[in-house]
Amino acid sequence: MSYDVELIRRDFPILDRRVGEYPLAYLDSANTSQKPQVVIDAIADHYARHNANVARAMHQLGAEASAAYEAGREKVAEFVGAARAEEVVFTKNASEALNLAAHSLGADLAPGDEVVISVMEHHSNIVPWQLLCERTGATLRWFDITPDGRLDLAAAAAEDLINSNTRIVSLAWVSNVVGTVNPIAEIAGLAHAVGALMVVDGSQAVPQLTTSVTDLGADLVAFTGHKMVGPTGIGALWGRYDLLSGMPPFLGGGEMIEVVKMTGSTYAPPPYRFEAGTPPIAQAVGLGAATDYLGGIGMAEVAAHERTITAYALAALGDVEGLRILGTTAIGPEGRGGAISFTLATADGLDIHPHDVMTFLDSRGVAVRGGHHCARPLHERLGIAASTRASFYLYTLEREIDQLVEALDYTRNFFGRVA
Amino acid sequence: MYQEIILDHYRAKHHSGLREPYGAQVTHVNPSCGDEVLLRVALQGETVTDVSYEAIGCSISQAATSVMTDLVIGRTVDEALGLHEEFTEMMHSRGEIEPDEDRLEDAIAFIGVARFPARVKCALLGWSAFKDAAAQALAGERMKES
Repeated sequence: MSYDVELIRRDFPILDRRVGEYPLAYLDSANTSQKPQVVIDAIADHYARHNANVARAMHQLGAEASAAYEAGREKVAEFVGAARAEEVVFTKNASEALNLAAHSLGADLAPGDEVVISVMEHHSNIVPWQLLCERTGATLRWFDITPDGRLDLAAAAAEDLINSNTRIVSLAWVSNVVGTVNPIAEIAGLAHAVGALMVVDGSQAVPQLTTSVTDLGADLVAFTGHKMVGPTGIGALWGRYDLLSGMPPFLGGGEMIEVVKMTGSTYAPPPYRFEAGTPPIAQAVGLGAATDYLGGIGMAEVAAHERTITAYALAALGDVEGLRILGTTAIGPEGRGGAISFTLATADGLDIHPHDVMTFLDSRGVAVRGGHHCARPLHERLGIAASTRASFYLYTLEREIDQLVEALDYTRNFFGRVA
Repeated sequence: MYQEIILDHYRAKHHSGLREPYGAQVTHVNPSCGDEVLLRVALQGETVTDVSYEAIGCSISQAATSVMTDLVIGRTVDEALGLHEEFTEMMHSRGEIEPDEDRLEDAIAFIGVARFPARVKCALLGWSAFKDAAAQALAGERMKES
């Protein structure tokens, strides 16, 4: 059976929208994905028929809401190949999941210990580690990148980046800017060899690739619901159960306790230890529906489409005059994420600012992101302040890429005309 | 929204570059997009004698800063801050007021930008840096006098 994008698009009501006189070309899915009707309906149905608080409400509706929330957890656990549902902690987003990881995993770090990240990380996988190092006196180190946007493994080996002082390594699986797929299993092997733990930011990968947290070799994996056709307000941290069991709480409050006395408290086992307060209940239901939806299509098919549409876009954008793609322009054997960031200049060498590009594209129905995409250090490393990013998903059509290319030509010609 | 005036100023920014002497220097950034301006204000008494700057950013922020320097150099700080107020009011009008061309000159070109709420802060970046630097420079001038 061939993959039918037009058929899939019928599941997403928003994709029929127009922006002014143009059809919407939504090329900002790395920012947030659109939602299929089944996800929208699952959330509405939960609120309409089953709404109550979880765990603490003992009545019929409470039981239904609790069961629905836990069913969401089971679906997410299955989706990422977790050994058991209790390995999935719900958070409000990937940022909170990474903050949880940094806070709880790093609680006993001390001066002399080292945490390793990379220069290509999203701010959410930089700042929590900076805060941790400030708090504990540990040292933050990072992988540099090669000119084509890959982790510079040779330089890392030469400078003994991962060594006996390393306690935690935290890396993006797939870059949200240059689309690089990082060799997580290989680096997890290096980390484990020195007794360090491997944390993975899976925000851009889990929505696009078949995920098996055990094959990945990681100890903790953060990801978010809204980038995988689920609702906003829910993310997750997967962790090996024995590891989670030994980690101290992050946020304190209701439902994360065992016994509270004024002189001190004891804490619930995972995942509840890390879910203080009323959790994102309807969102867990929606995210469960999202994993059902993606599973129904098949993640292998979703990944194959991503690869096809990314190859088409790399070729089409490569032909745009004045356009320079950041990072790798080829899809290597390891694959490439569907985020393509680029700069655009006029024939006489004027760099057109990404916010101007974005506004021009928006006026022609094309939604992209302009700026540093929450990865300022990466842009600084590449010697630029900002870029324009187009990103794709299971519903992206070749004709939307064509609409992007036409709008880019129009933009460059506008800025390029001689005053 | 991108009128000829904006494009002209973007392609050839007036008073661009950093110059001496100056009374105060400030850096203002727009954290959501990374636009930055490093701006110096020189005063003689109450009068703005020079505004020099180095900036990176979009055509809106660059052109607005260029236009701003044309407007404020040669005026007193009070007059310049009055123009800042008028410009800010125009930018927050959602494009619904008739700007005074005699007062705002080239800056009226930005009325089109006022209809795009996400871009208003771009147009105000250089102006807010000027306001900050002018206040500091003025305090310095008054210290000299006393």
